[in-house]
Amino acid sequence: MSTTAMSAGTEALRAEGIVKTFGRITALNGVSMHVARGEMLGILGDNGAGKSTLMKILTGYHQPTSGQVFVNGAPVDLGSVDQARAFGIECVYQDLALVNGLSIYHNLFLNREILRRGPFRLLDHRTMRRRAQAALEDIGVTVASVDLEVGALSGGQRQAIAVARAVASNARILLLDEPLAAMGAREAGLIIDLIERLKARGDIAIVMIAHNYAQTLEICDRVMLMQHGEVTYESHAAETSPAELLEIVRREYRAARAG
Amino acid sequence: MDHTASAGGSANAGPRRGIAGRLHAFLLRPEASVIVVAVVLVIYFQFANANFLTDANLQTVSQFIAAPVIIACGEIMLLICREIDLSVGQVFALAPFVMERAAHAGAPVVLAIVAALAVCALIGFVIGLITIRLKVPSFITTLGMLFLITGVTLTISRGFPADTPGGPLLTNIMGNWGYAEIVWALGVVLVMHIVLRDTRWGLHTIATGGNVIAAAEAGININRIRMGNFILTSTLGGFAGLLEAFRIGSTDPLAGGSNIMFLGVASGVIGGTAIAGGAGTIVGGLVGGIVLGVLQDGFTLQGINAFTFDIIIGAAILLAMVANIHLARLRGAGQA
Ligand SMILES: Nc1ncnc2c1ncn2[C@@H]1O[C@H](COP(=O)(O)OP(=O)(O)O)[C@@H](O)[C@H]1O
Ligand SMILES: [Mg+2]
Repeated sequence: MSTTAMSAGTEALRAEGIVKTFGRITALNGVSMHVARGEMLGILGDNGAGKSTLMKILTGYHQPTSGQVFVNGAPVDLGSVDQARAFGIECVYQDLALVNGLSIYHNLFLNREILRRGPFRLLDHRTMRRRAQAALEDIGVTVASVDLEVGALSGGQRQAIAVARAVASNARILLLDEPLAAMGAREAGLIIDLIERLKARGDIAIVMIAHNYAQTLEICDRVMLMQHGEVTYESHAAETSPAELLEIVRREYRAARAG
Repeated sequence: MDHTASAGGSANAGPRRGIAGRLHAFLLRPEASVIVVAVVLVIYFQFANANFLTDANLQTVSQFIAAPVIIACGEIMLLICREIDLSVGQVFALAPFVMERAAHAGAPVVLAIVAALAVCALIGFVIGLITIRLKVPSFITTLGMLFLITGVTLTISRGFPADTPGGPLLTNIMGNWGYAEIVWALGVVLVMHIVLRDTRWGLHTIATGGNVIAAAEAGININRIRMGNFILTSTLGGFAGLLEAFRIGSTDPLAGGSNIMFLGVASGVIGGTAIAGGAGTIVGGLVGGIVLGVLQDGFTLQGINAFTFDIIIGAAILLAMVANIHLARLRGAGQA
């Protein structure tokens, strides 16, 4: 990878003509998107629009029925979560993907555990604990102990742990699926704070799915509207408004009902 | 920004020091209450009957304990990843016959043992295949296997017992010496304890049972985990059956069965393994097995008749299951 490809503003991730069907359901019907390093793209749209499915294709969790994903301009085949991770793609899933019964540090290192040297490849709990502590401090999250079970944490804390996990693994492309859902104003504020600090680092491309138009326009550089598996509108955040987005959504619905 | 977690009462929380702190931490562990029960039972039976802590009786108790504990080690892994194997008691009976047939056909005994274990592993593989690929709940898959394997065992044995092959040294090592079975069982416990606590396999087993979607999203191959634990459980069941056959000196087509399987599952659950998956310890399964074995032996020494004994064991298991579920709730686990 050349140094120029690493600088802010260059394209990090692109998807073209993504189609995804589940049996008779067409969740994505030819979706294209792109995001650059240091840029934050917001995806808006109703439940069932296909936002999460798009994310899961970008993380290698689902395979597209057709279409192509590009990382740093080169076409890639994201055949599994591990392959996507190798490209620096990390995701905070809508359901957070945390295991309640496991400790914070086990969750942070789930499926990329640090192992002790030696023939038995045992888990290095001590190093994982230490690094988990450091990773959380790094992004400004403090917990009483990384030994706490995740199930004992509040919604905001769990969200912070999920974000920390994605970031700690050296994400170049960070996908956030409704990171602010089901959260009080204070907790949402903390997460937005965290996301903005990540964005300020300038070397990460961020894609965030959200529901609140005003909030999304405020923190994202660009927004994209998804409806019934298609992208129906795209704009720079500065060039649109919540009212305009709402109007487009209404118009689409009327058209859909008439058609 | 400050996300201070203030969740008190978690098993691992806080830097509490000193004896009181340690005791507190210990009592919050899932298997703690069972360890206390086990100790109380041993003391009670020793007072009630001075023969309890004698060499002869300890051998007997250890033999009650060994097989269910070995089976529990497999079932605990399965229960943690939300599966179960009801047919392991039938594999227990089949394995010695496979070994005996192989030895009879001219294989060296050690090779015959390996062959028997390989057949058991294959049975686990088939169970996994049916459960995972054909999406049949393991409860049903293994219920079918239970009958199927019984039929196979009765067919190849023609319903008759046979002497186990092998010289005295091998026979002693494989279960005939009074404490051989329990030594093997403790070895299995040690290895499985490390596997569950200190390997990726163990961690991924817990993750698969605790939140299967999260495990998959983290890139864990959940089907591989489930498959591996089915193979493990069948193999351990066959191994326990081999030990039992060598101890007695003969194979028995009706050995083990559902009884030994339920003792194994009950040992795990009494020891704190969550029936709903996602949590459990091997040490808990060992202690659960000890409690059941001590009860069984202690009441036999007391001369309580078999019917009464079944009532007591049944009540004890029910009590332990209720405690298991409610203590888990108290500890704040299982809230997903
Ligand atoms: N694994 C799946 N199997 C079948 N249908 C699915 C699956 N995942 C999503 N869908 C369907 O695809 C559509 C889009 O879902 P999703 O991507 O979750 O939407 P959003 O995240 O925008 O709310 C929905 O109709 C949903 O029911
Ligand atoms: Mg969604």
